[in-house]
Amino acid sequence: MSFHTLVSQFWPSTVNGLVLGSIYALIALGYTLVYGVLRLINFANSEVFMFSAFGSFIAIDILGIPDRLKGGGDPYKTGWELIGVLAFMLLVSLIVGGASAVMLERVAYRPLRRRNAPRLVFLISAIGASFAMSEAVGEWGAKKRQDYALARILQTKRLFTIFGADVRNTYLIVVIGSLVMMGILVLFVNRSRVGRGIRAVAQDMETARLMGVNVDMIILITFLVGGLMAGAAAFFFEIYNGSARYSLGFELGVKAFTAAVLGGIGNIKGALLGGLLLGVIENWGSSLFGSNQKMGTVTAFVVLVLVLMLRPNGLLGESMGRSRA
Amino acid sequence: MQKTQVRLFSALIAGAALLAACGSSSTSGSGATSAPTTAKGTDTTVASTTGGGGGVKCSGIKLAFIGALSGDNGNLGKNMVNGAKIAIDAFNAKNPDCQVGFDTSYDSQGDPAQATPLADKIVNDASIIGLIGPGFSGESKATMPKFEAANLPMITPGATNAKLSTNGWKMFHRILANDDKQAPGVVTLIQNTIKATKVGVIDDASDYGKGLADAVRKGLGAADVANAQIDPKAADFSAAVQAMKAANVDTIFYGGYYAEAAKLVKQVRDAGLTAKFVSGDGSLDKGFVDNGGAATDGAYLTATGAPADVNADFQAAFNKAYGTDPALYSPEAYDCASVFLAGIAAGKVTRKDLADFVSAYDAPGITKQIKFDATGEPVGSAVYYSVVEGGKIVAKGLIK
Repeated sequence: MSFHTLVSQFWPSTVNGLVLGSIYALIALGYTLVYGVLRLINFANSEVFMFSAFGSFIAIDILGIPDRLKGGGDPYKTGWELIGVLAFMLLVSLIVGGASAVMLERVAYRPLRRRNAPRLVFLISAIGASFAMSEAVGEWGAKKRQDYALARILQTKRLFTIFGADVRNTYLIVVIGSLVMMGILVLFVNRSRVGRGIRAVAQDMETARLMGVNVDMIILITFLVGGLMAGAAAFFFEIYNGSARYSLGFELGVKAFTAAVLGGIGNIKGALLGGLLLGVIENWGSSLFGSNQKMGTVTAFVVLVLVLMLRPNGLLGESMGRSRA
Repeated sequence: MQKTQVRLFSALIAGAALLAACGSSSTSGSGATSAPTTAKGTDTTVASTTGGGGGVKCSGIKLAFIGALSGDNGNLGKNMVNGAKIAIDAFNAKNPDCQVGFDTSYDSQGDPAQATPLADKIVNDASIIGLIGPGFSGESKATMPKFEAANLPMITPGATNAKLSTNGWKMFHRILANDDKQAPGVVTLIQNTIKATKVGVIDDASDYGKGLADAVRKGLGAADVANAQIDPKAADFSAAVQAMKAANVDTIFYGGYYAEAAKLVKQVRDAGLTAKFVSGDGSLDKGFVDNGGAATDGAYLTATGAPADVNADFQAAFNKAYGTDPALYSPEAYDCASVFLAGIAAGKVTRKDLADFVSAYDAPGITKQIKFDATGEPVGSAVYYSVVEGGKIVAKGLIK
């Protein structure tokens, strides 16, 4: 245990943790929404994220930005061109995310719902869908199981420092962007008509149906929204990290699902809190053990177990279904 | 069950049994499952070192390869297979009465967990009398007990963890110098050529990466001011990068493989660190430059494996067969295959005879004079290094 490292690296750890945590939070939203409405853990949400990450690559290809990584020629863009490219990347990621989530619902879960399958069967279908999607990319993707590296469009620049920790432009884009997306989601769920439908179905599916809510449509929209969040997460991840491979979903998905549970599965604000907290704890844990990344993961899971022992419903508890007066 | 169901079911079982019987009889003794490209017309001095003056007779014997042919670091295994095939194809072309098969179906992805069941399959295939590989250290450690128990001689062209030869395994042979010899070379490079004063060392927790990094740490002594360990499965290595930044290092050494090295060097440069980046032979691959992009410029890569131009004839034959220069470990794998083929040419076609032949072997190969000591290590050593310049890996020769 190296307390010295933890203390000296406290601010960089925290800043990095918040950035990665924002991405965890967005993916965690997909898990939490679907669980809140269907009591189903959509394990394949991480693969929706992975698919969307490749959306950024597709966008770059469509725009014809040549992959000039060889020979060191990275094509940085500036000004309006940059904003346009980024917006297009985001759009493609959102589309891929939403589309794959909807496809997933149609193929992996709806047939089971029609037949009133037991809860366990949904879970197995989810795990199967997760493997099918990641292995499909691994087997038939252009680079099979090797890494894909995104061409550099955005030049990373240090903007300012907080207590000695670098804050780069990419960090701000990720954190602020994530908060904006989550804010939109919270408004959507709490203020819109469709959002009310989601909350109704989360509270009691049968009664909602009796009240005239189109449950199938609501479920589809829930998956769609979760997919859009995963799509946004993928865009921000590519801005921050710039690489992808077929197993990307598994690596981040486990952490994101943990974040969702930590904050309270079924609770949207819980997903946000859980994500940020997990990112930060992971980094602190890593510093505590002498910059050992695996120990960071261990720390995060130990914290999760401790929290669940004390608060089995997560930090903020489950609340999407509960009515608020 | 009703009668028709029983009949259908038994018909299916019988059909499946029939298919299984047909399937198994066709896979044994089918010889090489190698790709179609053969090195035709390589009747140069390269071919003559593979032994056999054309009069060798044998039948039903195979060499095999086990290693990473796919997955994150699949390029390295493919390099080995390609190098070995040059030797085997040349031998088979010269000796029409002795066609040595080359079974390359054992793809472990460099993962010890995947390699272990494959090792059982290799051991149980009696036609395999010699093994080229395993390619990586972790899988070597996991599978060696099986090969030892089966008296199957092996020569690894790429597993460099020094502890592998300390287990008393008689079947273990290594064609290239181990990391305990690579590490002093790295330290010399850092001290004499780069002239660094503050070095940070990162490893990937693997047998190879941590082994090499620890040996470098020992060699650097007080010059090692920052250490970190990454999880190669993660995509983001910010904890390690910030440790390097906090210590203000002027050089970073990474012990690990090329996929993670590429991501790491990108993240190091993103953090604004101008420290020199040094890594070992696991990173000496085109994949490092392809995925790392501009961030890899100026990176130093060391290897105990010989560079592409170590033997002009081999380089020409390789280019003719595959259209590219030999890559890391291809010359070593060629030498591994040559040793086995020389044994086959001398009539050693059982595992025991071949094992004794390999242990007593003493002849020049294309990378070095091939002679193994009692623990299976090669006698003598040399560490080469390369620098990434303008997106290309340029060999710079021996570290002085």
